[in-house]
Amino acid sequence: MNLTNKEYEKLNKKSSKPTKHVGTLTGAFLIGGGICSLGELLAHVYIKSGMIIQDAYMLVSITLIFISSLLTGLKLYDSIAKYAGAGSLVPITGFANAVVSPALEFKSEGYIMGIGGKMFTIVGPVIVYGISVSVLYGLILFIFQSI
Amino acid sequence: MEILYDCLKAFFVGGIICIIGQLFINYTKLTPARILVTFVVSGVILGGLGIYKPLVEFAGAGATVPLTGFGYLLAEGVKISVEEKGIVGILTGGLTASAAGLTVSIVLGLIISLIFKPGDKT
Repeated sequence: MNLTNKEYEKLNKKSSKPTKHVGTLTGAFLIGGGICSLGELLAHVYIKSGMIIQDAYMLVSITLIFISSLLTGLKLYDSIAKYAGAGSLVPITGFANAVVSPALEFKSEGYIMGIGGKMFTIVGPVIVYGISVSVLYGLILFIFQSI
Repeated sequence: MEILYDCLKAFFVGGIICIIGQLFINYTKLTPARILVTFVVSGVILGGLGIYKPLVEFAGAGATVPLTGFGYLLAEGVKISVEEKGIVGILTGGLTASAAGLTVSIVLGLIISLIFKPGDKT
């Protein structure tokens, strides 16, 4: 086959880009879905053991945070994230990973500003905006309630 | 059998929410931190509008485990505490509802950081 560089580039782009995207989407779906169905399985176990539904789902999040923090400490979470992309970022496990990962990485900067400070590099903004928007929502609710 | 069906529902809904996150990664220049913020804020808004609750009732962990579920938790917490306590509830609702998750994340973050060494491979 005789191809100029430009034609080759075009062909290459055409054949490689979609597969990469399909691959990452599949990875995100399977691993993200897998984490959620593990959560659902745990919820069933907790509810069977006599917990009320709300507490059960709360404990599911806590269990997943525990597993993910431990896997991050063991340097295993990043290996999963390589294949999962958003599948390991979007679930609550990604939140826990985002807490532990910078805290551990900056341990050398000390216990106060290293672990204590860097812990919130990524999740700090999440908490700031999450809480602020929830206060805004509360304000709107309160105004409507008072009318 | 019911467990299997519930897990499948959680799998599909949770998986689709993660696909949305992956689309952000693939087609926008948003950093992971921005994506997490987007998901939590979306969760608060969807929770406030009453759209997210049916999804939680349908998919269980499929809707509560993704970070949109964390946002939903904040919105639900504020809603309940405003009903119970009025104006003070605006300020206490969000953190009260998310207290367990945040506390566990922070305490475990500290313990794991103290135990493990940075960069060591196992």
